[in-house]
Amino acid sequence: VNVDKKVLIIIPAWNEAESVGDVIAEVRGELPTVDILVVDDGSTDDTTNVALSFGAQVTRLPYNLGVGGAMRLGYRYAYENDYDVAIQVDADGQHDPRYVPKLIDGLSEASLVIGARFAGEGDYDVRGPRRWAMKLLSVVLSRMAKTQLTDTTSGFRACDRDVIGLFAQWYPVEYLGDTVETVVRAIRLGHKVVQVPVAMRPRAGGTPSASPVKAMIYLGRALITLLLAINRK
Amino acid sequence: MLLVLIFELLRRRQLREKYAVLWMAVGLLTLPFGLVPDSLNATASHLGVASGASLVLFLAVVFLLLVCIHLCWEASRLEDETRALAEEVALIRTELRDLRAQTPDGVRGAGVRQAHAQPATAEGTASSSKPRSGAEVIAPRRGDATGLGVVDSSSVEGGAHR
Repeated sequence: VNVDKKVLIIIPAWNEAESVGDVIAEVRGELPTVDILVVDDGSTDDTTNVALSFGAQVTRLPYNLGVGGAMRLGYRYAYENDYDVAIQVDADGQHDPRYVPKLIDGLSEASLVIGARFAGEGDYDVRGPRRWAMKLLSVVLSRMAKTQLTDTTSGFRACDRDVIGLFAQWYPVEYLGDTVETVVRAIRLGHKVVQVPVAMRPRAGGTPSASPVKAMIYLGRALITLLLAINRK
Repeated sequence: MLLVLIFELLRRRQLREKYAVLWMAVGLLTLPFGLVPDSLNATASHLGVASGASLVLFLAVVFLLLVCIHLCWEASRLEDETRALAEEVALIRTELRDLRAQTPDGVRGAGVRQAHAQPATAEGTASSSKPRSGAEVIAPRRGDATGLGVVDSSSVEGGAHR
């Protein structure tokens, strides 16, 4: 890992007191020199105290804003504290911190690096409408970015100073907007986006939504988000 | 009725002027048609609408739709604003915690910082110990006067409620 760069790990957490400590400890073990910021998205449990006791920096929103809101706050913090690299890691333990150096290496050729499933590594799999939605998103966005993007909804990503500046003042709150739309916007503003294959682990807490109705809703929302993102200025 | 309501809301400063003006105007404009329902029939037949009442109804629906859209837009904007404020508050609180965490180090460390750091910590300990010492003063006094533990606990309860 590049030592001269100031790196911040941003962990958005909403009621993740059970898993956030382990994630922090793991990131620390893997990368002792980076700073860790937990953005507590208005949790009603002990997330803030757990994160503080594990030695992370914590910023706490007074009420729940959703991942997008938490992330903009994280990027604002990164921007105001002059970080060169910001990396987004989920608090549920899905993202393996061992891939963080790989993401940072990817920044040498791009401004936004997405840690992608379905890219050769790991055996994460989804089926049905959810899969179609992801497929569609990946096809459209790959064409826009002129590079292969197989997992545009991944919340495991690294970005450089330019993109931190962008995300610090603009980051959609809507579900899916926070992942898909940010990628679209970054591409349209001329930032280079690439992906790095990563393996994801099963979540430490919570269950992934798997019902077909939810998957259909997900597909619909993905479509709306995509259309809006492409047509927005 | 509507006019009175709006005037009252405005008087209590619960309605922004722009809305008040809008609804006052609506009230005043519709007032004559309410008093003389047939007055619009001629205009309505001109426009190819069966009766004046349905013309008013149609216009009202369009108007309310526009108002709804405007309110949605306004709500979105307010949400954006509160979101920005929430972020600002979070950042400020984080910074504050950092500063607090630094202050004791300053006391132990450089002598120059001590002058700055000491009043802050002294204030902090004084204000945090104040309620505790107050409770200690009250409890023994009551205990002395009555000699009963029951009164003691009730005074503690009162303190907790406060």
